[in-house]
Amino acid sequence: MIKEELNFAKNDEFNLTMLPGKFALAMRTCKIWQFFRFMVINVKMLIVVSKSH
Amino acid sequence: MARLVIMGGGVAGHTTATFAKKWLGKDHEVVVVTPNSQWNWIPSNIWVGVGQMEKKDVVFPLAPIYKKAGIIYKQALATTIHPEGKEGDDTPFIIIQSTEEGSVGETETLTYDYLVNATGPKLNFDATPGLGDGSGQMGSNTVSVCTAEHAVHANDELTKTFEKAKAGKRQKILVGTGHGTCTCQGAAFEYIFNIEHEAKKAGIRDMLDIKWISNEAFLGDFGMGGLHMKVGGYAVSSKLFAESLYAERNVEWIIGAHTSKVEEGKIEYELLDGTMHEETFDFAMLIPPFSGVGFKAYAKDGADITDQLFMPNGFMKVDAKYDAGAYENWKASDWPETYQNPSFGNIFAAGIAFAPPHLISKPMSSPNGTPINPTPPRTGMPAGIIGKAVAHSVCDMIKAGDDVELHKASMAEMGAACVASAGKGVLHGTAAAMTVYPVVPDFEKYPGTGRDTKYTFGEIGLAGHWIKHILHHMFIYKAKLKPGWTLIPE
Ligand SMILES: Cc1cc2nc3c(=O)[nH]c(=O)nc-3n(C[C@H](O)[C@H](O)[C@H](O)COP(=O)(O)OP(=O)(O)OC[C@H]3O[C@@H](n4cnc5c(N)ncnc54)[C@H](O)[C@@H]3O)c2cc1C
Repeated sequence: MIKEELNFAKNDEFNLTMLPGKFALAMRTCKIWQFFRFMVINVKMLIVVSKSH
Repeated sequence: MARLVIMGGGVAGHTTATFAKKWLGKDHEVVVVTPNSQWNWIPSNIWVGVGQMEKKDVVFPLAPIYKKAGIIYKQALATTIHPEGKEGDDTPFIIIQSTEEGSVGETETLTYDYLVNATGPKLNFDATPGLGDGSGQMGSNTVSVCTAEHAVHANDELTKTFEKAKAGKRQKILVGTGHGTCTCQGAAFEYIFNIEHEAKKAGIRDMLDIKWISNEAFLGDFGMGGLHMKVGGYAVSSKLFAESLYAERNVEWIIGAHTSKVEEGKIEYELLDGTMHEETFDFAMLIPPFSGVGFKAYAKDGADITDQLFMPNGFMKVDAKYDAGAYENWKASDWPETYQNPSFGNIFAAGIAFAPPHLISKPMSSPNGTPINPTPPRTGMPAGIIGKAVAHSVCDMIKAGDDVELHKASMAEMGAACVASAGKGVLHGTAAAMTVYPVVPDFEKYPGTGRDTKYTFGEIGLAGHWIKHILHHMFIYKAKLKPGWTLIPE
């Protein structure tokens, strides 16, 4: 049984979307990866902020 | 000496006032008229609403800050605007009504040389029967997180619901929009996922049925017609990611819905296909629709000229193209640039208080003629940027005369960075970090998506939560005018 895929069966709308797998879910709270993403997102946001002022 | 009066001390008004005072110095007066004694960092109300922050964490007293900055502070509600002055005296003025303890209800005439309307939205609960109490306030059937006080009340009610779930009684939670023309879906989005996160932490997720209801035609519209992001080599709609998150967290959705009536434990709603339905709940947080705060404006002879300054929805007319007509004719250039009122050059609007030219999302209505579409969001970043641009323009006008070129800050040329919390926690929290560029899509410049997909992105994770938490402290620091506050961008 793949736990992450159970919600597909919960209703028809859920069935038509995409669900993250174990790896994608783990990366969301993986401290090292998220620290890297923190840097990347900050840079991306700063670019948008600087283009907007 | 010129006097700049700013009505409203929220995100936009506070930005205008603090920058204007910094640039004008002691030679000119800056006056803020706002009814609350405390400033509220509204985005963090979400965390107050789930008991993860207290009210004191999201508010601070305004008086000492304005005293330090040399800004004159009137704790009052502005009620009427008299842009031509009165018989025998051309000096424009507003009437304000005190909300300060000891003088509540006392009125005062306040003259101005320049006026900025930054009064944000009126939370129009009474637009939906049962959502309001009939006197303009929130009713007792649902809760809200739009003010810090509302959020405290929301948490009290949520705690009771969680207690019942812990006692083994299944609970139905409904979160979303309380009318077909609401905006601010982002706040409801954050609230529903924070509830879900807290329920998991409390070990009662299985005892809750959590449902979303919204006026968006598709999940992930957010009043901006959705957005497209580049992921895995594809450019994809926010719809796919929003639906994925709801499905992953087992949150069912009802979309294209106009909540037409609220009762204790039950709502009635109409869908875009014209059918009517009911939904029951044990706990509901429904965002009210927004309107302007309802100013009246008068000419010198006392004639009502409210329609010269305001649109019928109460938002202030600015330099937008209000006669763009049908959706097919809408252009990015319809959106205002300077936020100057077309009838009175010394009056500006900033933040939510300005009247947008039209929706951003595609207009929709049911076969019964009920409009069911989100109105345009004006989030914190655009509100702050507009507030600063208006401060710039007014300062230039004061210093160099009214013919100076005004500063521009069109939402069709600015981006927005948004971080939507999906659960609080330093190690296990998540938030969707998003940027859009520009906020209002420009299909002439960016055919296809209307936006520059190089600068429009979104991802969910712990990093987003860290950013949201840092922003909480950074913006409160900035609003308190602590050293280096001008270096923190809006
Ligand atoms: C729960 C919630 C969460 C949100 N989260 C985010 C987020 O994460 N990111 C984001 O970018 N945006 C967020 N927003 C939106 C953001 O709060 C608004 O964009 C922003 O507050 C708009 O600024 P404003 O100055 O136009 O209005 P406001 O901040 O509402 O300020 C208006 C001010 O005017 C005062 N006022 C009202 N009537 C009068 C009167 N008659 N006379 C004088 N003063 C008056 C009010 O008391 C208030 O102080 C959120 C909104 C809500 C409700």
